Amino acid sequence: MIEIFTRDFMRFALIAAFLVGLTAPAVGTFIVQRRLALLGDGIGHVALTGVALGFLTRTQPVYMAVVVAILGAVAIELVRARGRTGGDVALALLFYGGLAGGALLIYLAPGESTASLNVYLFGSITSVQGADLAVMAVLAVFVLGVLAMYGRELFVLCQDEEVARASGLPVRFLSLLIAVVAALTVVVAMRAVGLLLVSALMVVPVATSQQLTRSFRGTMALSVVLGLAATLGGLTTSYYVNVPSGSAIVLLSLAGFVLALGLGRFVRRGSWETGKGRAA
Amino acid sequence: MLVTSSADKAADVKTAPVFAMSDGRVSMDGRLILRGIDLTVRPGEVVAVLGSNGSGKSTLIRALLGLVPLSGGATKLYGAAPAKFREWWRIGYVPQRLSVGGGVPATVREVVSSGRISRQSRFRPTSAADREAVTRALAAVDLSDLAGHPVRALSGGQQQRVLIARALAGEPDTFVLDEPTAGVDAESQRLLAGTLGALIGEGKTVLLVAHELGPIEPLITRAVVLREGCVVHDGAPPPAVGVHALPGHDHVHPHAEEPAEGHLRGWHLAEGSQS
Repeated sequence: MIEIFTRDFMRFALIAAFLVGLTAPAVGTFIVQRRLALLGDGIGHVALTGVALGFLTRTQPVYMAVVVAILGAVAIELVRARGRTGGDVALALLFYGGLAGGALLIYLAPGESTASLNVYLFGSITSVQGADLAVMAVLAVFVLGVLAMYGRELFVLCQDEEVARASGLPVRFLSLLIAVVAALTVVVAMRAVGLLLVSALMVVPVATSQQLTRSFRGTMALSVVLGLAATLGGLTTSYYVNVPSGSAIVLLSLAGFVLALGLGRFVRRGSWETGKGRAA
Repeated sequence: MLVTSSADKAADVKTAPVFAMSDGRVSMDGRLILRGIDLTVRPGEVVAVLGSNGSGKSTLIRALLGLVPLSGGATKLYGAAPAKFREWWRIGYVPQRLSVGGGVPATVREVVSSGRISRQSRFRPTSAADREAVTRALAAVDLSDLAGHPVRALSGGQQQRVLIARALAGEPDTFVLDEPTAGVDAESQRLLAGTLGALIGEGKTVLLVAHELGPIEPLITRAVVLREGCVVHDGAPPPAVGVHALPGHDHVHPHAEEPAEGHLRGWHLAEGSQS
C-alpha cells in the first residue's frame, strides 16, 4: 500500500488527482446551476485545437491549451449572451471546429500523429511531469481564489440573471469570469481524465450530491468530497488493477451517482419534504 | 464607478423621482410591446400597474429597471439612466417566480441572504448586520421555521414569500414586485398585504404589477392601467365595487371610459401566467 507513494510518477499523479478532484466539482456546482452542464465539453473540444497548436509550434501543449480554451470559453459566452435562438447550434459548430481543428493541426505537426493526442483526449495522469504539475497548481489556486472572492455574486448570477442585473451586479463581467474559470478548470483536469471526459468531473459529482443535500454550500462541499474520492480512488484502482486512470475515475464517479440516486429517495422522504405539509 | 461631482447633483438625486419614463417604447422581435409610455413614480407612492395578459405590464416594470432595453424614449432610476445607475441597493426587485436554475439545491436562508448582495463588498465577509437583516426578513414573511429547508420543497406561496424576503433583506427604499399575487394561496396573499402595509407605513415606495389585487387592493394609492402597450388610465385606483365614475381621476384620456367598465377585477380578463 505504501509503495504507491514511493514512486515519483505516482506522487505527481496523486497531487494532480487532488487538484482536479478539488477544482472541477467546485466550479461545476456553479456551471450546473447556470444550466451550462455541457460548457465543459464544449471547452474541452476547443482546447484540443490548443493542444495540437502546442505540438505544431513546439511549445508546451498545456500553455496553448490555456490560451485557446479561454478564447473558446469567451466565444461560447458571447454566443450564449447574444441570442436565445440558435445558441446551441452555434455552440455545436464551435465543438466540431475545435475537434476538427485539433485533428488537422496535429497532422500538420512534423513527427506527430493523432496518437499524440490520445494522452490529452482520454487522459494519462501517471505521465504528469513536474512542469505540468506546476501549471496545474497555479491554475487551480487561481480558480479557487476566484470562487472564494466572487462566490456570492456568482451564486446570484447562476440563480437568476435578471435579479443579478437588478442588484447592480456586473453581469457581463461575471458571465465571462465563470466561463474563463471553467476553461482553466478544463485545462487543469485534462491530464487526469482527458478532454473528452473532463466535463464528467464538473457535472457528475454535483449531480450526485444534489440528490442528498439541501443547500448550495452543502452541495458544493459534498461534490468536492465526491470528486476527490473519484480522482484519488480511480487513480489508486488504475495503479493496482492496471486499467486506464481516466475511465476508472469517471466510472467510479458514475457509480457514486447511481448509488446516490437510490439513497436520495430515502433521505428526502425522511426529512425535508415534510416541509411541504406545513401550512403554506 | 461614477462619483457625483457636486453637492448639487447629490441633492438632485435625493429628490429625484424613483422612476421617470418619457415616451418609452419597447419592441421585442419586431413587435411593439410598449409605446409612448410617460410614467413618473415619486418616493412614497404605492402604484399598481394593471392590465390584461399581454398588455405589457411586466415588460413595463422590467423596462423601468433597465432589464429590457428601450427602443425609443428614455427612462431614469432615481434620476440616472439605468446603465449609469449605481445605487442598486435602493431597489428591491421581486420577480414573478423563483428560478430553479439547473437544480442545485439552495436553502431558504441562502436565497434570502443573496438579497444582501448589493449592500455587500466583494472583499468583506458576511457581517453581523447582514445576518440580522436576513433574520428580520425571514421573520417578516413568517419563514423563520423553514430557513434551513431547500426552496424547491416549498409550495408556490412559500416560494413567493422567499422572493419577497430576499428583497426585504436588502433593505431597499423601493420595492418592485412582478405579479406578487399570481398563483399564491389566500393565506400568503394576506401575509403579503400585511408585509406591504408595514413597508408603506415606513414610507417605502412600492411598484407592483398585478392581474388581481386581492387583499392588497386597499393599500394602492395609484393605478396605472395598460392596454395593448399604452397607458389608458393613470390616477386614483378605480373603485373596487362596480361604480362607473372614477373619483379623483382629474385628467381625461382618450380611453378613460374603458377602465370604468367594472371593478378592479374586471381587468383580469384571462387566467394564466403572464410574461
